[in-house]
Amino acid sequence: MPESSRLSPALKRALALSAPRVAETGPLCPLGAEAVDRVLGGGLARGACHEVFGRGEEGSASAMGFALMLAQRLMQDGPRTLLWLREEKVQRKGALSGPGLADLGLDPGRLVLGVVPDAKALLRASVDALRCRGGLGLVLLEMAGRAPLLDLTASRRMTLAAESSGVTLLLLRTGTASPAPSAARTRWDVGPAPSLRLEADAPGHPMLAVSLLRQRGGPAGFDWTLEWDRDAGLFRPAALPGARLPLSGGGPVPLADEGERWRLAG
Amino acid sequence: MKASAGASPADAPHVFTVKQRGAFRLHALDERALALGLEPGMPLADARARVPQLVDVPHDPEGEARLMARLADRAQRYTPMVEIDPPEGLVLDIEGCAHLFGGEALLAREASRFMTRQGLRVAHARADTPEAALALARFGKEETALYSLPLLALRTGPDVLLALRRAGFTCIGDLAGLPAAPLAARFGARLVDALDRLLGRRDSRIVPRRALPPIFAERRFAEPVARVETVMIVLGELLETVCETLLERHEGGRRFALRLFRSDGAVRDLAVETGAPVRDAATVLRLVQERVEALSDPLDPGFGFDHVRLAVPVTESLAAEQAGLMAGPDGSQELAALLDRLGARLGGQRFCRLAPQGSHVPERVTGFVAAAENAVAWEAPLPGEPPLRPLTLFDPPERIDVLAQVPDGPPRQFRWRGTAHRIVAQEGPERIAPEWWRRSGGHDANPGLTRDYYRVEDDEGRRFWLFRHGLYERETDMPAWYVHGLFA
Repeated sequence: MPESSRLSPALKRALALSAPRVAETGPLCPLGAEAVDRVLGGGLARGACHEVFGRGEEGSASAMGFALMLAQRLMQDGPRTLLWLREEKVQRKGALSGPGLADLGLDPGRLVLGVVPDAKALLRASVDALRCRGGLGLVLLEMAGRAPLLDLTASRRMTLAAESSGVTLLLLRTGTASPAPSAARTRWDVGPAPSLRLEADAPGHPMLAVSLLRQRGGPAGFDWTLEWDRDAGLFRPAALPGARLPLSGGGPVPLADEGERWRLAG
Repeated sequence: MKASAGASPADAPHVFTVKQRGAFRLHALDERALALGLEPGMPLADARARVPQLVDVPHDPEGEARLMARLADRAQRYTPMVEIDPPEGLVLDIEGCAHLFGGEALLAREASRFMTRQGLRVAHARADTPEAALALARFGKEETALYSLPLLALRTGPDVLLALRRAGFTCIGDLAGLPAAPLAARFGARLVDALDRLLGRRDSRIVPRRALPPIFAERRFAEPVARVETVMIVLGELLETVCETLLERHEGGRRFALRLFRSDGAVRDLAVETGAPVRDAATVLRLVQERVEALSDPLDPGFGFDHVRLAVPVTESLAAEQAGLMAGPDGSQELAALLDRLGARLGGQRFCRLAPQGSHVPERVTGFVAAAENAVAWEAPLPGEPPLRPLTLFDPPERIDVLAQVPDGPPRQFRWRGTAHRIVAQEGPERIAPEWWRRSGGHDANPGLTRDYYRVEDDEGRRFWLFRHGLYERETDMPAWYVHGLFA
């Protein structure tokens, strides 16, 4: 085109740098559910930034669970230490429970928890951590509420750091966070979904209603219901509604409607 | 010692008092009080009767020790070997240091001027042994010969002193020429020992107050330096020196202590700690810079620093390593360096790993250990089980209104944060008894009650961990319900 040929090379370079681009990153990490992986073009990119939003105040725990599940998928090979950065006020509201993390399949001993005083220190620490080559598998940055400091510049800075070091960044936005422009590769919205009951009407394995709101350079706007299979460490698409079989319960369970009053637990 | 004046008239005699067997006695007196004929050991009531305007201050041994420690720290600008001789003496070993100040006499004058500036009165003396110096400072003058000092300077204790007086001795000189054996036979070997140390016949050393850190480097400035940036440059050079020493010893530092002496006498201490032994000057310098930037009260140079000292009090062995082309396979060094850097900026205790605490009470299960520690193993969940413990725990648990079967049926519906939740699936109760050996500590200001936990799911799929606090009729009349945590 004549217009573009008149641009000076320096300006072209500057434009190329500022334009949103899909950087070449490491191998993609499949999530396990085929429908999701197909939309993602094979899986989730490592060394990139992914945003996970909670669906309202009450979706926070679901979003946190989904981020931890993604973290396990992303850290399957390579360094396995996870750095979780959160603010002091968030930690005061709800402390992490070691057994709860272990129940999702994440080894709590592999997690380094950083509780920082404010949002500014949080962003600074996360950029520092993302520049760390080796040793760190993933940085989970938890921000509660609106987080005005997390603008396009900040997220772009973190994405560049993640791309250069290969450390993946998961941005967990809890509370009443509303999506703002960011340099993230994917953006997810996560809420709870009714689980498949176990015997005796016990709540079953974690079931999440997941929406892919946005994907850089790819299709978006899909809704899935995914179940997390901790023992296999992957997501499974939800079985058809009405099914009352435990997914990872082992052998076949007789479909007794009224006699199923007891469950062997613990 | 300095008498604290307070609001009392400045020219009134001051005394320090101690309480002995129910009565206040004079412990230490200022000059005016001594001039009035008061003496230590006298009951305060007697002293009051003789000198009604007497101002008495309770004696504070700890405060005095703190003051002495501070003075000893400040005296470290002259020599690293400083000993406190209680209650009011400081012994400085200036062997090999005096030339830095232009000779012993100049050093002594400078030191005494320095202490005078702190508002203290100083008597100082130089001698070949610490005992002689102390004796001269306390009982004589610089010019006085040791021989003319009173027997009290021997510090042998009252019984020996009395025996010597009875034998007709009055000063050190009377004893100096006598043969040791008969003296020891009559007055004890300790007297001979003390005499020999005082007269320099026997070698005597001080025990410095703070053991010298094995590795340190320091820099004195001809002019006080008022810019922090300059101090950082000097620190970089000191670090190079220190790291070379560490390399020679095959050691790495775990703690680097920086001491800045300000020209007005204030001393500022800074320290950085690392998770793994380090001897890379650039790394440590970056840590110190993080530390300085994060200080809540910034480094105030005032009129400038005139002396910087860097010490490495804690070291660990660190073998020499060939620098590889690529980072190590596990990259644990990079991670340790990152945590050190973040810890230096924000505080090391902010970064931790989760460790099991060996308790069955949910809020006490998760403990924290320093991030530099090795990972602690957690019990793996049983295969096939859904999550039995929530991801996050509320501290304290949040009170809810619950519709449940009385007395101890499962919950059917509850209201939390203003929203009603209809329970469609639940499992429980999982009964968790309080730890009876720590009864007093339960939440909600109650002594610990038994809790019945339920895993519940509402009609929208939200999963909660609820508990009923207390057993109906056995522990409480009206059990309260709480949300303790949320499942993913």
